[in-house]
Amino acid sequence: MIKKIFIPNRGEIAVRIIRACRELGIISVAAYSQADRTSLHVQIADEAIEIGPPPALESYLNIENVVKAAKESGADAIHPGYGFLAENKDFAAKCRDNGLIFIGPTPESMELVGDKVASRVTVQAAGVPIIPGMLTPQDNISSIITEAKKIGYPVLVKASMGGGGKGMQIVTEECKLKECIEASKRIAKSAFGDDTVYVEKYIEKPRHVEIQVIADHHGNAVHLFERECSIQRRHQKVIEESPSPAINEDIRRKMGDTAVRVVKETGYTNAGTVEFLLDQNRNFYFLEVNARVQVEHPVTEWVTGIDIVKEQIRIANGEPLSFSQEQIRHVGHAIETRIYAEDPEANFIPSPGRISVLREPVGPGIRVDSGIYEGYIVPSFYDPILSKLIVYDSTREKAIERAYSALSSYLIGGIKTIIPFLLNVLRHPEFRSGNLSTSFIQDYQEELFSYPEEEKIPFAALAAYGIYSSSARGPNTPGLREAGLPGVWDTLGGWKNTE
Amino acid sequence: MEQIQSKINPQDPDFKERQEFHLRLVRDLEEKTAKIMLGGPEKYRKLHTDRGKMLVRDRIEKLLDRNTPFLEFNTLAAYNMYENEAPGAGIITGIGRVKGHEVMVVANDATVKGGTYFPITIKKHLRAQEIALQNRLPCVYLVDSGGIFLPHQSGTFPDKEHFGKIFYNQARLSAENLLQVAVVLGMSTAGGAYVPAMCDETIMVRQQGTIYIGGPPLVKAATGEEVTEEELGGADVHCRISGVSDYYAQNDEHALRIARDIIGNLPHNAKYPLDRATPKEPHYDPRELYGVIPTDLKKPFDIREVIARIVDNSEFHEFKELYGQTLVCGFARIQGYLVGILGNNGVLFSESSLKGAHFIELCCVRKIPLVFLQNITGFIIGKQYEHGGIARNGAKLVHAVANADVPKFTVIVGGSYGAGNYAMCGRGYDPRFLWMWPNSKICVMGGEQAAGVLTMIKVKSLMKKGKKLSEEEIENIRKPILEDYEEQASAYYSTARLWDDGIIKPEDTRNVLALGIEAAINRTIPDHKFGVFRM
Repeated sequence: MIKKIFIPNRGEIAVRIIRACRELGIISVAAYSQADRTSLHVQIADEAIEIGPPPALESYLNIENVVKAAKESGADAIHPGYGFLAENKDFAAKCRDNGLIFIGPTPESMELVGDKVASRVTVQAAGVPIIPGMLTPQDNISSIITEAKKIGYPVLVKASMGGGGKGMQIVTEECKLKECIEASKRIAKSAFGDDTVYVEKYIEKPRHVEIQVIADHHGNAVHLFERECSIQRRHQKVIEESPSPAINEDIRRKMGDTAVRVVKETGYTNAGTVEFLLDQNRNFYFLEVNARVQVEHPVTEWVTGIDIVKEQIRIANGEPLSFSQEQIRHVGHAIETRIYAEDPEANFIPSPGRISVLREPVGPGIRVDSGIYEGYIVPSFYDPILSKLIVYDSTREKAIERAYSALSSYLIGGIKTIIPFLLNVLRHPEFRSGNLSTSFIQDYQEELFSYPEEEKIPFAALAAYGIYSSSARGPNTPGLREAGLPGVWDTLGGWKNTE
Repeated sequence: MEQIQSKINPQDPDFKERQEFHLRLVRDLEEKTAKIMLGGPEKYRKLHTDRGKMLVRDRIEKLLDRNTPFLEFNTLAAYNMYENEAPGAGIITGIGRVKGHEVMVVANDATVKGGTYFPITIKKHLRAQEIALQNRLPCVYLVDSGGIFLPHQSGTFPDKEHFGKIFYNQARLSAENLLQVAVVLGMSTAGGAYVPAMCDETIMVRQQGTIYIGGPPLVKAATGEEVTEEELGGADVHCRISGVSDYYAQNDEHALRIARDIIGNLPHNAKYPLDRATPKEPHYDPRELYGVIPTDLKKPFDIREVIARIVDNSEFHEFKELYGQTLVCGFARIQGYLVGILGNNGVLFSESSLKGAHFIELCCVRKIPLVFLQNITGFIIGKQYEHGGIARNGAKLVHAVANADVPKFTVIVGGSYGAGNYAMCGRGYDPRFLWMWPNSKICVMGGEQAAGVLTMIKVKSLMKKGKKLSEEEIENIRKPILEDYEEQASAYYSTARLWDDGIIKPEDTRNVLALGIEAAINRTIPDHKFGVFRM
């Protein structure tokens, strides 16, 4: 039985895992870099161990340090959260070699699903629909051109080793293809050290719909329905919801069954997510498997009533799933908005600094997964996610209202956040009517990127908490002064004049 | 700002010799401190933990935010006093962070004579409250004390700065909107019962904390009533019946968590916006300080070599470099904060006093904190100087220091003698914090001069009576005086009696000052105000 879990992660997800540990009576150990000495996860964990200097490469991504610290702490398991080492098969293997239970899939299935081409070949053989395209990348440009003709234009040229949209190009007619392939190869070579490219069918204005899956070590695998995550900016999700407004029970069942098939074919265990693209005719295509707990997992937790993180720990313990597919129901509608420390008025550049005022929304159907506190200094070294606001109500319409109202009273002073931008999305008529696609933000950028003056400083929220009165107007309101440099009391760590 | 160019060569054999000497002093300090930090005798510590109570330092650690600094005051209070039976005077005080707030922690150590108050314990408690007032810090009292240490009642009970002042201060601090919260983790007896009773909010641990004005034996003696401690003043009594306590805790840890939550609900008030740049480490390693300071205090050294090892990037903007050179004045940054520094490079002359007064005026008008680095034998003496008005000019410096209402910080890095102590912001001049290095000395005058003067007076009076003394007899008079002076001038003698806020390692000076500055600006800096400078 797992008694102590080591968590080499930070921010809201580390806090989320610590809470699950506490509820299960398991001791939690927070790992932290020097920049995170005063971070929330370190403050609330049962134990905490420093694992290196601020840059992630030297701390959260340093496999040697992490495994060493985990062993020193006496933990018997590791929960990697998301990001950092969560999908690193070498890390998972190293944990296993050191007698530590890795809470996630095995290194072997992680390797299989991590390889985009190999995983497609595997799942296609099992009858899972994939986006029409090449299954074997080729160096020969003319054979790529032949393949493109077979698929039909428009096509997408992609780097084999790529990610984050780098080297990706849409080609609408054959005469441009050669030129684009060459350009992609150059970019791929410099970005990933590998110039292999391939083509696939380009799907216009698709939706991103994913299925949460969960599988134990006894051959049981189930799905927990879908999440729609079409609202993305720079390929990063900002708003997620479940159920998707785009699919009906029939498609839902088909997608769920398909996702379970993917899990079984790849021998995947623990929690994971099977991502699909949904085209405008409601055809879905397998994209990839995310071999970790997702940022947006609370959405599913709310509509199904299943605690995914606790389930992950139970599975790692070798326990069988405590429910069958038939027992899982989805009720109501949940929406998550991600709160990033970024300046929506300055091209979303990160906005680190001290949080001078913090009031989190509360009320029925409101959940805040947060990694911050008032007085906390957001470091500049990591992904600027601060927290997630997840709301629940009986219908999508009501859930949107609740999200909007909760977000309006979410007060984070001292730094910039994307809350004004999220409010713009939530009140957009196309969003409200459920007409989503991954190009939503790009399509409506003009409306989404202009902010009403009064929302730049959340006066309504200030007033709601009694902080704002008409006599104290403007950005000089106490506590809202622009965050300065971190104080000495923040940066000296556990320094004492008696040691 | 220009970087100080050090003339010290760390390869020099003299450097090595000095370094060894001072590192020995530091090791000695560390050993003494470590011993004191254990608290009371082992058997009492064991008894304490066997009852399921946490040791006082563990309580403080649980109270504070993890991985945040703790700036402790007078760890060595009562050192070599009371037959050494009261390590740290049985109380721990210091500034720490709770939920992002800097707070003053005052914690009784019940393993030291049941946490009772010796005269120095009271002085240490009152000093903590004074620091809280000056720097606007909420106070957390971790109460575990049997009240006054009765054998010393005459030095603890009735006077202005005695036990009663603690409750006066609590009321005044509360009136200043500085939260007063007590966590009753053990006894809180007799006069001590007023500490929780005077607080804004009080937490008690069940079956462990007790509050009563008179304990069971006293009640029995006075009224004949038989009652147990728990029935008289346990947590159930005070949380359910009397209302003396507001929160009911299951154990130490729970009680401390409630205290954290109470503090967490305080608003974060903005600090005074002191000029700040990105902090830089000193260009010269602070550990070189050990090789910079001579082994003999009588040997002069350039205070700029010390400044270079304390301030950011060793940069110093020196004021009036060529005038009144025995007092070095200038601007520098410590962990990014702009400060004005005054350091001694010899005795104070009229010129150096005028320069110092001028510099302090500059800083007060601009609201820049002042740092005094004391290594001072006093003011210049002699006919020529008295005629030149050294008393009048020295008074200008003293006047400026006294009326400077910017946060002031004093570090005694060498000698602190005579009126030099006053002019350089000694304890009487209300620096926010005053620290001593282990090598430093503090005395009305140097031991040899004092012994010389006192011996001469004695010899003269004996001669009047017709006695003639041999060299040996004179030496027999001189030697004990010298020894007394030497002992009483030591930093340990000073810190035992709270003439300072603690002895620090020289290499820690920068951090201690920086934490102090940041605590100090919890209070806003007032406009400057001076009286009559005698011209």
